[in-house]
Amino acid sequence: MKAAAFDYVRVRDLDEAQAALARSEGAKLLAGGQSLGPMLNLRLARPALLVDISRLDALKTITEMPDAWRIGAGVTHARLEDLGERLTGARLVGTVARGIAYRSVRTRGTIGGSIAHADPAADWPLALVALGATVEIRTAGGGTRAQAAETFVRGAFTTDLAADEIVTAVVVPKRSAAARTGYFKFCRKAGEYPLVSAAVVLDPDRDAARIVMGALPTGPRDFPGLAAAVLRDGAAAASEGAIERAVDDALPGLDPVERRMRASAVRRAVLEACA
Amino acid sequence: MTLRREAGKLCATARPSHRDFDITSPPTDPQGIGARVLRKEDARFLHGRGAYVSDLVLPGQREVAFLRSPIAHGRILGARKPADRFVFVRDDMAEALPILGMSGLPTYRPVAQHPLAHEKVRFVGEAVAMACAPTRAEAEDLLERIEVDYEELPPVVDALRAKRDPSVRPHEEWDDNLFLSLGLESGFEENARKASVVVERELTLSRQAMVPLEGKAVLATWDQRADGLVVYASSQAPHLLRIGIAKFLGLDQRRVRVVAPDVGGAFGYKYNLHPEELCVAWLAMKFRAPFRYVEDRREHLIAGANTRQHHYKITGYADARGKLLAIDAEVTVDGGAYSNWHQTIGLEPGQIVGNLPGPYDFHGYRVRADCVATNKPGFLPYRGVARTGVCFAMETTIDALARAVGREPWEVRRENLVPAAAMPYENVAKKLFDSGDYPKSLDMAREAIRFDDWRARQRTAEPDGRLIGIGFATYCEQSAHGMSVFKAWGMEFIPGYEQAMVRVTPEGAIEVRAGVHSHGQGMETTLAQVAHTVLGVDLADIRVVLGDTAETPFSTGTYASRSIVMASGAVADACRTLVPRLVTIGAHLMQAATGTVRLEQGRVVGPQASLSLREIAEAWYCRPDRLPPDVDVGGLEATVAHRPQVDTGAFSYATHAAVVAVDPGLGSIEILDYAIVEDCGTLVNPMIVDGQTLGGAAQGIGTALYEESPYDPNGQPLAATFADYVVPGPVEIPDIRIAHMETPSPYTAFGIKGMGEGGAIAPPAALCNAVNDALRPLGVEITETPMSPQRVLAAILRAGAPAGRDAGAGS
Repeated sequence: MKAAAFDYVRVRDLDEAQAALARSEGAKLLAGGQSLGPMLNLRLARPALLVDISRLDALKTITEMPDAWRIGAGVTHARLEDLGERLTGARLVGTVARGIAYRSVRTRGTIGGSIAHADPAADWPLALVALGATVEIRTAGGGTRAQAAETFVRGAFTTDLAADEIVTAVVVPKRSAAARTGYFKFCRKAGEYPLVSAAVVLDPDRDAARIVMGALPTGPRDFPGLAAAVLRDGAAAASEGAIERAVDDALPGLDPVERRMRASAVRRAVLEACA
Repeated sequence: MTLRREAGKLCATARPSHRDFDITSPPTDPQGIGARVLRKEDARFLHGRGAYVSDLVLPGQREVAFLRSPIAHGRILGARKPADRFVFVRDDMAEALPILGMSGLPTYRPVAQHPLAHEKVRFVGEAVAMACAPTRAEAEDLLERIEVDYEELPPVVDALRAKRDPSVRPHEEWDDNLFLSLGLESGFEENARKASVVVERELTLSRQAMVPLEGKAVLATWDQRADGLVVYASSQAPHLLRIGIAKFLGLDQRRVRVVAPDVGGAFGYKYNLHPEELCVAWLAMKFRAPFRYVEDRREHLIAGANTRQHHYKITGYADARGKLLAIDAEVTVDGGAYSNWHQTIGLEPGQIVGNLPGPYDFHGYRVRADCVATNKPGFLPYRGVARTGVCFAMETTIDALARAVGREPWEVRRENLVPAAAMPYENVAKKLFDSGDYPKSLDMAREAIRFDDWRARQRTAEPDGRLIGIGFATYCEQSAHGMSVFKAWGMEFIPGYEQAMVRVTPEGAIEVRAGVHSHGQGMETTLAQVAHTVLGVDLADIRVVLGDTAETPFSTGTYASRSIVMASGAVADACRTLVPRLVTIGAHLMQAATGTVRLEQGRVVGPQASLSLREIAEAWYCRPDRLPPDVDVGGLEATVAHRPQVDTGAFSYATHAAVVAVDPGLGSIEILDYAIVEDCGTLVNPMIVDGQTLGGAAQGIGTALYEESPYDPNGQPLAATFADYVVPGPVEIPDIRIAHMETPSPYTAFGIKGMGEGGAIAPPAALCNAVNDALRPLGVEITETPMSPQRVLAAILRAGAPAGRDAGAGS
């Protein structure tokens, strides 16, 4: 279980990184390496070239803006965990970061790496969609484009990112003081990927609500109807039956065990937000 | 004995009631048998200075990687490999013989396993070719240049179906799919006939891997001076591995030396000869150079998914009060494709048939255990060997009977246990239980988890909608069984006289050499405690040497919870042999009559003076002019063999008690409390017993709730990494509380009973009984391990129960 041979370059800036990506077919960016590392060792990933961007300080800034937090793609989960409550208007980011894998993974794994890798069971694709975050991308020509997280993640391990593009930041909008969030995931073992997960953001002052289910092979799944009902009626709209109906509408034909488990995850995230 | 709570832990306060052992130190000796001393070996382990096979580097060594079969069953049509490299297939290895495990059990069918697959592959992960290179990565690169053509054959994946329908067979030369079938019947019909209550269950334990921290590992080289192999291997039994390598490479045993350095867990996985070990030894022999193979985790989870998988059809017969009258069982073991050398697959049904009756007093028994060949890795015995399965079957049956007669499971269990007054007791399977108070362990466990409080709490619904359940499992564990038992199992190697060598070194320190080997048991400490008990020498001055066939006397090794029992007897006897020799020399040096001199706390004490062992040793080694003329020329070292007076085994036992909360929304199980009351006779080091019990229980919890190696219908393993094979970690293991009883065995040295496996036996049974207690209001039961969320939810949904939580939220 050792990686196949690959070339490696540690770049000094994003220009160099993009040049390396453009130069080599099958080049892959290396940030925290917490997903890529095992895949290399299992020879599931066989890049010809690894472009190491893990030391680029430009990707490690966290900036508070009036209405959002801009989090550099190279920011580790551990830094967000440690910021925790100080992420005013976006505290869910700290909560989610704290629950990712183990501390040793969190000290290396990055938020940009996670969203770009788009593991369907990972936390960030789910949480960033629920938070209405935007992914900031550096394009091949050195320009910048922004894309909503919900369209950026297209499915399991699939994103809208082109081969020579780099995720540079995620921008998380601040919620009002009245906003409530809920996040629930069920892992068989602490630190492992969840079997089911859900995230809820309710912001009555801005008339915004999101209920999103994670850990789906098709990528995060939005429940707009249920979200509107919960925003209007609170927990009363989140009965077992109502949630199961919403799950049935979104994912018809689930086997009963999975249906129960998914509905429970959604319901618990909703009830947390409504508590 | 009383229990007290201290900082969240349950401790047994009282010391043993009787200790009439032949020991020279007082029982309060802070270093001897019974002392809670820190492990001598831990300094090197905790500082990362352990020396495992992976830490060893020999000049010019090559790393070996194995190409493994991607299909479950097929014919090898041909193979192409780079001719200019160190790449080998079976046909290149003429000097290596197929591995063949023989058993004297009736109906046993031997089956050869070639070191690399020969003509056919029979499971995914079977080694087909090997490549050698300076690094493992380069060796794996070479594997990619080997092309093997297979003709795929239909695989045998389901043992029950394979038993019914032998049209597809992993071993086509057989006429069915049975390695062997063992049965036993004793008083069944006449006792079953009297029953007024009958319960029948089908139970399944899933296949799993053993997952030691260190997988298998072997480094072999050629010693030109000795003209033989030196094999460093992560092994529980270096002396038997030596026999195996010599036998299957056609070498004399004197030309094979096996060194087992530090071993990072074994659990049975490292007791038998693995094909990879033979391959690496062959390379070293063939090329007179060092080669090393270290199993990685993916290989372990695929090619080492080899244990626990039992299926039971079990029927319990009882009277109206739940008094057990008879047990009838048909057990199917999914044996995988091959039978190992040397224990063979026969060990598993042997243990099933003998141990299914558990700690109970009943007289009607009928059992048949079938070992079925399937296209999976060959079955190996795992910590608890079959008893985890039989305990699961027996204990869930006891609970089912209790439910059937409408009584508390603990009450029915208690009334069926062999009472203390009946000891020694021969059970329905002719097992001789030596000593103990089984019902008392249950009483103490019930008290420990505050059973009545939980029963009271169960009467009101939990605010979070979870269902609470309480479960017990009581088992007894045959440990340190010897010659008579292994002979009956038809084993090729039968343990008998365990040997140890003890030497007083020139500086008056003690060296203990034994052929058993530690792979987590702490024997560098416990055997030193035994030597200290006899000789009184400070533990710091006692060194225990294990693991090297060139440095230790022969032993069949460490397995079957035997080492502390057998080796303690041998070490103590060897120490005792030295006592009169030391006393005689000391008396002469002090010019005192021998009868007035004794050994006391590591010194030879006379009427007027005393001498250190260093002074005695100095006389023997360096100043023979001072020795008495009639000095014992055996000198200051002795190798002595020991065999317990009765070698049918010392029976440890325990009751495990569990309280769980089942979440009907997710199917998850939280262990709210877990208590173990165990009796392994005389405790040599209570801290090590606690550690062993905890470690075993953690593995048992793994079997109960997490660990599973599933296969798809094509025989493809579905859990090849830790992402899919779930091993419980520190968060999943509850704060297990342990209390000890201490009933010495009448048959063994110091009254010690083995206990290395016990912790792993009861958790699936105790937890399943607890879960079924929780599900009782729903009228459903779990009958399969692991009790995964999916299985638990499926049962709850069968009952049509709601997800439960926050029912007040309206619908």
